[in-house]
Amino acid sequence: MINRQALAGRATPSVRAWWRTVVAFACALSVLPAMAADAPASRVPAPTVAIAAPGKCVEDTPFMLRNHMELLKHHRDKTVRDGIRTTQHSLANCVNCHASKVTGRVTGGKDAFCESCHKFSAVKLDCWDCHTDRAQAGLAAAGAGK
Amino acid sequence: MTAATLPRTATGRFWALAAALGVVVLAGLGAAHFMEEAGHAITGMNNRIVWGMPHVFAIFLIVAASGVLNVASVGSVFGRTEYKSRAPLSGLLCIGLLAGGLAVLMLDLGRPERMIVAATHYNFTSVFAWNVFLYTGMFAIVAVYLWTLMERRMNGYSGAAGLAAFVWRFVLTTGTGMIFAFLVARQAYGSALLPPLFIVMSLAWGTAVFLAVQAALYAGSDRTIPPEILRRIRNLLGIFIAAVLYFTLVYHLTNAYFAKQVAFTRFILVDGGVYPLLFWGGFFVLGSVLPLVLIWHPRLGTPRSVVAASLLTIVGAFALLYVFIIGGQAWPLEIFPGYATSSTFADGTIAAYAPSLPEVLLGLGGVAIALLIAVVGLHVLPFAPQDDPEARAKASASA
Amino acid sequence: MSEVNTGRRQVLAWGAAMAGVALAPGVTLFELAQARSPEEAASNKVRWGMLVDVNRCASDCDACVTACDQENGLPQTKTPTSAQWIRKVELKDLRTGATKSAPVMCQHCAEPPCVDVCPTGASFKRADGIVLVDRHTCIGCRYCMMACPYQARSFVHEPVTGQKPEVPRGKGCVESCTLCVHRIDRGGTPACVEACAASGHKAIVFGNLNDPNSELSQRIAELRAAPLRPDLRLNQGVRYAGI
Repeated sequence: MINRQALAGRATPSVRAWWRTVVAFACALSVLPAMAADAPASRVPAPTVAIAAPGKCVEDTPFMLRNHMELLKHHRDKTVRDGIRTTQHSLANCVNCHASKVTGRVTGGKDAFCESCHKFSAVKLDCWDCHTDRAQAGLAAAGAGK
Repeated sequence: MTAATLPRTATGRFWALAAALGVVVLAGLGAAHFMEEAGHAITGMNNRIVWGMPHVFAIFLIVAASGVLNVASVGSVFGRTEYKSRAPLSGLLCIGLLAGGLAVLMLDLGRPERMIVAATHYNFTSVFAWNVFLYTGMFAIVAVYLWTLMERRMNGYSGAAGLAAFVWRFVLTTGTGMIFAFLVARQAYGSALLPPLFIVMSLAWGTAVFLAVQAALYAGSDRTIPPEILRRIRNLLGIFIAAVLYFTLVYHLTNAYFAKQVAFTRFILVDGGVYPLLFWGGFFVLGSVLPLVLIWHPRLGTPRSVVAASLLTIVGAFALLYVFIIGGQAWPLEIFPGYATSSTFADGTIAAYAPSLPEVLLGLGGVAIALLIAVVGLHVLPFAPQDDPEARAKASASA
Repeated sequence: MSEVNTGRRQVLAWGAAMAGVALAPGVTLFELAQARSPEEAASNKVRWGMLVDVNRCASDCDACVTACDQENGLPQTKTPTSAQWIRKVELKDLRTGATKSAPVMCQHCAEPPCVDVCPTGASFKRADGIVLVDRHTCIGCRYCMMACPYQARSFVHEPVTGQKPEVPRGKGCVESCTLCVHRIDRGGTPACVEACAASGHKAIVFGNLNDPNSELSQRIAELRAAPLRPDLRLNQGVRYAGI
């Protein structure tokens, strides 16, 4: 669950990617109605960030909120180009932890972890054109507890 | 010179033409969208014929874009005034054709939304990557050239800009030819003759496009092309058509001479079904011999027959490119010399290809983009040739 | 945790190595030395390659193709637009009429034409000689398919679903045999090699071309295996014996 910590992202705006802060802010704003019942309801459905396997992510939440794409890109280049296959920041690892318990996927529905937030922030998801969005039974989630 | 002295096409005609072209452009964009959504499975292209109809259109447009500038080059580089008054139209058509061709090429990509990747990641050993620079450079140089032609204070620089464009388009067409010339393993390509062949093709096809557009423009504004000018450009077209014929002949002769290429040459010229038919019927008879007769027969060479010759040259161009691009890929790669091969991946067989409607629409969309740019350009700015001798004298005096 | 992992791996490796010393000196020891840890980058000390012994390959067997399709999640139906990373080519000698059969896949050239022509650098050669497509930068222009002398590449003509987690693939990009890079990075061998051995033919040998003592290098020398179209001088990683 994204909490107020996400708002801390505003206090330390990153120079190299101001838009990331905007996205974080937007995501944080989106959960405000849920937290404050008297706030006016948005026309846009707020993202539901439910995590099937709760626990600690590979990095802390505000960091992940703003930098997950950088981590993924960095890891993707290392894996594709150099054959480095560590699991901590791998996409498969993300999916294993974040896939819905019901569908086993991170996309396909408004409650899906990736899709809900990306729909809300209107950032196109390219990953799933090629990568599977399903959690793999064989691969143990390596994120939590690390 | 002021805009008022230049005749423009009637506004009604302009809107009707622009709307018609707009519809074709939209159809092309729709086809591209369809291709992107459903994948290239809906085209006739497959893992053997990887470049199909869109590439025939795109390469025609890009090659003709370089050649259409010919008229301007004769004016600026060789200093012929009667050509000079045609230089702006020539430059406008160059930009239009280039834009149309590149649009087709980009929209045919498997991932057209990743154009930004092509603009930010370069592999400098790739001829394609060189061409990205050559094409964008061409736009810039021709834009500057047009500026020097049409802005009186810049007229003094038009010679230099014209020379730059003249050199650049030779490099550009060489680059286009090299896309094929650098393919080592394909029987149809991998020949040093291809860059010069592409250059003469550009001269012929560009001149043909220019003559056809010019004829439409004059007919639209009820003017007649001065016979002297028509005769000169007509002769130029004839020479270029003959040159293409010569280079194509030499290319096939060398192929027929190398033992390893004999079978391929036989396929393209004799027993390959649609390919020899298009080569001899489309390119040779319709696209070369007939235009030459129309141009140089003593009783022909009239404005009407020159237009017919130009249109036939364009038909021949498409036939030749179809044979060159698709026929060249249809012939199987020789992976195991000395063996007859067969597999689930069409090894050792002539690959089948049937163009589908979406790819043809995409190609026609590119042609419509080129013409739309020309039509809009002609409507809003004085690109049209100025034949009035007085105005011409004034224009050359100010240059 | 990762340190623990490495430590345990080391212990296991040493144990296996000692067993290897007792059982098959040389070969086993060498294979173990090549297994990289996950955080270690591929290195040019190794050059992965394969040998196809055509005399051992049977016409009626397509175990390698089936294994490849399964491993990489490729379509089972073979159409002109479906991806085929490996195919069985039936050969008929034009002079003697003798028939043979051989699998053809990406030849993993040291001088790959596909890498030369790729405008964005999406086609690349890894340090250990494996030629790959980086689908994140592939724009789907298909120039590499025009340049490849072995017709080894396929274009993904249709949307793909149900990909294997280790083999992402999707519409609009070009792809080809990866030499099962995801298995090699774990210290494994390509699926086709394994399937060929399981079928009893043992026509494909996988190994390190840089090591003159590897089974691969020795078999290549012994059988005088050559690359396909040696006239092109591409120094392929895949060699054929009996052609």
